Amino acid sequence: MARYLLKRVIYMLITLFIIATISFFLMKMLPGSPLSAADKLSPEQREVVMDKYNLNDPVPVQYVRYLANLAQGDLGLSFAFDNTPVSKILMDRIGPSAQLGAQALIFGTILGILFGLIAAISHNGVLDYTSTIIAVLGTSIPSFVFAGLLQKFLAVEWDLFPVALWGSFSHTILPTIALMIFPLATAARFTRTEMIEVLGSDFIETARAKGISEYGIIFKHGLRNALIPLVTVMGPMAVSLMTGTLVIEQIFAVPGIGKQFVDSVMVNDPPTIMGTTLLFAFLFVAIILIIDLLYVIIDPRIRLSGGK
Amino acid sequence: MSKLLEVKDLRVSFNTYNGEVQAVRGVNFELNKGETLAIVGESGSGKSVTSKSLMQLLPAPQGFIKSGEILFEGQDITKLSNRAMQKIRGSEISMIFQDPMSSLNPTMKVGRQIMEGLIKHQGLSKTNAKNKSLELLKLVGIPNPEVRMTQYPHQFSGGMRQRVVIAIALACNPKVLIADEPTTALDVTIQAQILELMKGIQDETDSAIMFITHDLGVVANVADRVAVMYAGKIVEVGTTDDIFYNAKHPYTWGLLGSMPTLDDDEEELFAIPGSPPDMLNPPKGDAFAPRNEFALEIDKVMEPPMFKVSDTHYAATWLLHEDAPHIEPPEAVKRRMQGFSNTGSKDDKKK
Repeated sequence: MARYLLKRVIYMLITLFIIATISFFLMKMLPGSPLSAADKLSPEQREVVMDKYNLNDPVPVQYVRYLANLAQGDLGLSFAFDNTPVSKILMDRIGPSAQLGAQALIFGTILGILFGLIAAISHNGVLDYTSTIIAVLGTSIPSFVFAGLLQKFLAVEWDLFPVALWGSFSHTILPTIALMIFPLATAARFTRTEMIEVLGSDFIETARAKGISEYGIIFKHGLRNALIPLVTVMGPMAVSLMTGTLVIEQIFAVPGIGKQFVDSVMVNDPPTIMGTTLLFAFLFVAIILIIDLLYVIIDPRIRLSGGK
Repeated sequence: MSKLLEVKDLRVSFNTYNGEVQAVRGVNFELNKGETLAIVGESGSGKSVTSKSLMQLLPAPQGFIKSGEILFEGQDITKLSNRAMQKIRGSEISMIFQDPMSSLNPTMKVGRQIMEGLIKHQGLSKTNAKNKSLELLKLVGIPNPEVRMTQYPHQFSGGMRQRVVIAIALACNPKVLIADEPTTALDVTIQAQILELMKGIQDETDSAIMFITHDLGVVANVADRVAVMYAGKIVEVGTTDDIFYNAKHPYTWGLLGSMPTLDDDEEELFAIPGSPPDMLNPPKGDAFAPRNEFALEIDKVMEPPMFKVSDTHYAATWLLHEDAPHIEPPEAVKRRMQGFSNTGSKDDKKK
């Protein structure tokens, strides 16, 4: 297990290195100047500023310097946001995003599993069709449409929650709902299909023949086996949450990483764009690692290579 | 011998898109304490459906008991609620399934799978259930039960898994044990071990076993009585000796003739021609008539009733009617039956 973990962490670092490299050179290829109001500066002034940020060095030199700083955990200073260190910007902004993402993932998955279970139990019944319709709507309608609808009805018309901005817990409710629709729908669809299949398998018949109650069959024998494939889609689900935050945070004016990312692209601030990209990449590989570890916990048949 | 289980005119059907499939069409039999009844027949003859309807484990909502009674110790269990049936399943009547590879829960420790029934039916505490499970694993011949208890099914071989399935079935000392082709998925040496194990357990617990199989070799080995099923009906029933030495139904002759043996000179294996009827529209008259070289005219219009051959032996064929022409089984089958009586049956061995 320890060896496996070490191996995976090394892979993670390699992945991050590659992503850092690609995004660094992509940034360099971008047209335009990172300096705000560049056209209002005289050539001399521009030289001074470029020198200050070491932008006149050859690109390979800049690249090596960037990597060296990165290895020490230094993401550089932002050009646009008052020269704040990028790491501080990220630290300040990650809270709301993490909270929204966690809330959406947890409530979305739990509710989705519940919907899927209900659908599987009432297979081909009214509840089954209802939950299937919800699942189809949830996967096909983009989250920003939901966000708009939620704002219009729950916030503006009925005044139940704040329209936007960040503050109390009630501010988190609408963005969480908008974000969790996709994981909810995915989890519901998967749980339903898997549960129906599991309930038709031989070992369920064995359990019935033992005299186990329906409750025991569904929760003790069925659910765990049905959840194994669900773990597989948790990866794409988590990714959709991350990309979802880009849009949702913008719509609800949440001061999170997603909004920061969009803002820094708008003002063309390379250090911040690089920093947020790397943060997203890190979260992504970390989630994949966690999911692979979850497999081992949930399915005793899976043994990690080198883990015995 | 006391009647433990009595099945009266049981009819089971399945609703499909094409209509009602009549899987079981009026089956009568009884099971006595301590005896082993084998139900034989080819695939689709309704033997597994019969056994599942005893447990009321028919796949809902398509499968249903259309009519008939299943009397367990005098009580008609077809009328019981699902909750009441749960109390009977696993404690009074339990079942051993065909495929040990898929009949255990892959994500639950073997020990817990055995303990479940004990906790549910006998209200045992966890420690007591654990101790009982250890005993059961020893009883079914699993070495190192303490270690095995904490393992998952994928860590067991096929034969060992079937032993676990048997341990689960035996957990609450059931009065009736239904074994649905318990050895079909196992290789031959393991088959023999499992059969020996089941016989040994029966001697110890005196439970009745209903043994469903299409393997006549297994039948000769374990059964006291045999019921032959064809197209959802029992066509011949008798003691093992009756069936193996003195079969009367042409279908039974066909089964006996198609049994591979080592000591035969015949080079070709006999096969019953044709295939079983479509149970969506069961044929009028005797369902076996189209495949029966001895079929009479009446077979095409009227179903034969059960004719009595002896007190223990009945067969549903018009050949037994007093007006029917006297027909001897084919020579090959006759030689087979002769051969069986020379080698001796289970009962002879006991004596």
